[in-house]
Amino acid sequence: MDALALSRLQFAFTVGFHILWPTLTIGTAWFVTLLSFLWWRTGKTVYRDLMRFWMRLFALVFGMGVVSGIVLSYEIGTNWAGFSRSVANVLGPLLAYETMTAFFLEAGFIGIMLFGESRVSKATHFFACLMVAGGALISTTWIIASNSWMQTPAGAVADASGIYHVVDWWQVIFTASFPYRLAHMVCASFLTCAFVIAGVSAFHMWRGQHVAASCTAFSMALWLALVLAPLQIFIGDLHGRNTLVHQPTKLAAMEGLWDTTRGPAMTVIAWPDMAAQKNLYAVEIPHLASLYLTHSWNGKVEGLKAVPPADQPNVPIVFFAFRIMAGIGMVLLATAVTGLVLRLRGRLYDARWFQYLAMATTPLGLVAVLAGWTVTEAGRQPWIIYGVLRTADAVAPVTAGAVTTSLIIFFAVYNLLLLAFLWFAGRVAFKGPTDTTPQVAERPGMERASVGLFTGSPTSPSPAYGAGQAKA
Amino acid sequence: MTELMQADHVPLLFAAAALFCVTVYVLADGLDLGVGILFLAAPRDVDRDVMMASIEPVWDGNETWLVMGGTLLFAAFPAGYYILLPAFYLPIMFMLFALIFRGVAFGFRLQATRFRPVWDAAFFAGSLLATFCQGLILGGLIDGVPVENGMFAGGAFSFLSVLGVMCGIGLVGGYALIGAGWLIWKAQGPTQVFGREIARAALILTSAMMLLVSLWSAWSVPEVAARWFALPNLLWLVPVPLLTLAVIVGIWWAIWNGREAQTFVLSLVLFALGLFGLVVSMWPYVVPRQVTVWDGLSDPRSLAFLGVGVVVIIPVVLAYQAHAYWIFRGKVQHEAGHGGYG
Repeated sequence: MDALALSRLQFAFTVGFHILWPTLTIGTAWFVTLLSFLWWRTGKTVYRDLMRFWMRLFALVFGMGVVSGIVLSYEIGTNWAGFSRSVANVLGPLLAYETMTAFFLEAGFIGIMLFGESRVSKATHFFACLMVAGGALISTTWIIASNSWMQTPAGAVADASGIYHVVDWWQVIFTASFPYRLAHMVCASFLTCAFVIAGVSAFHMWRGQHVAASCTAFSMALWLALVLAPLQIFIGDLHGRNTLVHQPTKLAAMEGLWDTTRGPAMTVIAWPDMAAQKNLYAVEIPHLASLYLTHSWNGKVEGLKAVPPADQPNVPIVFFAFRIMAGIGMVLLATAVTGLVLRLRGRLYDARWFQYLAMATTPLGLVAVLAGWTVTEAGRQPWIIYGVLRTADAVAPVTAGAVTTSLIIFFAVYNLLLLAFLWFAGRVAFKGPTDTTPQVAERPGMERASVGLFTGSPTSPSPAYGAGQAKA
Repeated sequence: MTELMQADHVPLLFAAAALFCVTVYVLADGLDLGVGILFLAAPRDVDRDVMMASIEPVWDGNETWLVMGGTLLFAAFPAGYYILLPAFYLPIMFMLFALIFRGVAFGFRLQATRFRPVWDAAFFAGSLLATFCQGLILGGLIDGVPVENGMFAGGAFSFLSVLGVMCGIGLVGGYALIGAGWLIWKAQGPTQVFGREIARAALILTSAMMLLVSLWSAWSVPEVAARWFALPNLLWLVPVPLLTLAVIVGIWWAIWNGREAQTFVLSLVLFALGLFGLVVSMWPYVVPRQVTVWDGLSDPRSLAFLGVGVVVIIPVVLAYQAHAYWIFRGKVQHEAGHGGYG
């Protein structure tokens, strides 16, 4: 493979790995903020216990996001010098604003959020949580604005040497696809976290431990899911129709539609054959795609063949990724509705089979997010800026050997990290909302630590502190 | 605003802003990378607990200045970004790998039981490698990078230079010195004594490498020698090495005899002097001896948009970062936090 293919592979791998963590961060940060608020206003210890529990998990997730995110801000230069040269005037300030308004905000308050509970008032702790959660959303806004500009560029013109110059900042930030993509991503993040929270809570309910706290979190998560799952499908539909107007080739790949058609059928499943430029083994429902894409029986939808094969994305990747995302959306909706039915019948907390179902849905949101980004990024190809700059012209003058080296190391390091994360986060999650403070005996080296190690803060008289003291 | 951004002084302002970010990064992350470099040298596990607890609430904020430096370069001096980053591909990648390991070590070490020494080692090795890679980049920068048609035109290893290795070793010593100064200030008892003991070794290494790098770059890069030794430059630059020498002597004395924060503050001053010396050697280039700050600048309209943010937001950022340090002021109390970084 050449440096281009390797750089694409590396960027896809590192950005795909990274997006998992912000997705989890945004939702859990807001959940912790809500719990901090409830603990501050109501003084009920169940909210405090839940807050501390989810803060532990949040801390692990946040750290993964930070370290995998720094990589991206440098990769744009190291691997995509042609791209950076072309768009620095446009995207440079957006990314700088992301750092200034979001990363610093998160970094400035994360210490108080995670370690300052005993040093500041409840109100200040809530404020710190709010700043971190707000920072996560601000970051999302800038990054989605940058990505949307690459999908539907506006407000800037390229000169003869291919360098973009901004004409109107408002148009650069508020591009045609920006509001839809932003809403879709933020909603995806909250929905994903709702099912993570429901799944982890269901696990504790199933084991019969920390029942009070787990039932509270389970109920909160399912209410959230009930609102967000249908909302996400609605936003997704709007986003799809926006893509139909602004990126017809991508939409045609999502639908597996080769010929420009009036009243196209929905292709449920097929094998898109790029060489033959047609679908094999297609299962279709007549006129359905026309209904949801154009909201009419015989609407006209542009097919893939409207552009030469060299300008088409990899159709099978986009086609199947879209089906995975949409399919998961339906499963999550069904789960949320089932939760409502059980709640109305008063069986939400004791239906065993529903606890299994909730546990099974835990990772699905993340899979859908990955699939969704695959649709939007792979669907933009062969362009890095849709319709104007080809990915092939954006690569940096680096050697294939150097990129191979970094790619192999990234692959090894990220897999190792993922394992370590699953191990530690799994342990925190298994232990549950209370007594998560590590026992002295479990931590070699700690028994030699100074006396008073676990006397800790005056506001945290959890049983584990007492146990720790006794053993010390 | 846009008209204002066409004035001649604009490149100077953005160069100053970029330099400011680099300085804050080096000083701030220098202290926690330094603590990481000293991590395995500390005699007891308790010392390591204290060392980590002292930087846990602030390291993320410190490291964010690295991202700020990168994005500001991208936004204000794109030529620096798209020429230099590919030129230093391997050291940048290895710096990132190293930062990943040390970043996650914060949280994982806290959670770990049996494999705690593994995360201790990861934290140490990550800090050491990241620092050394930064030194390689710095040395390569003084040496210069090959450019053709406005793009980097070298190979995967053209970053490698004797100067880079020297800078790498010097930076390891320098960060270790800042880290030791931080420990003298923030820790007490045996951990503080450890800080004092290791600080002298770090100071010797730093001073030696500073001297060596200065001489070597003056000898091997004619432009650098011309900048320093031509008259009248020589006259008004003479105080820089003299002041540096005075600060080194001051640190040597302060380690055991000064106030507790003194070693830390003086080592920051030492770094600031070193950076000043670098600026003297490199000015006015973004890409050494190829692209100046005037040639490499972005559009006035982009700079106007960016400038508002830099002027308004950065002071606010500095204020609440200082606030975060203030919240965790005083000696490190050894207690279990409720969170734990991942």
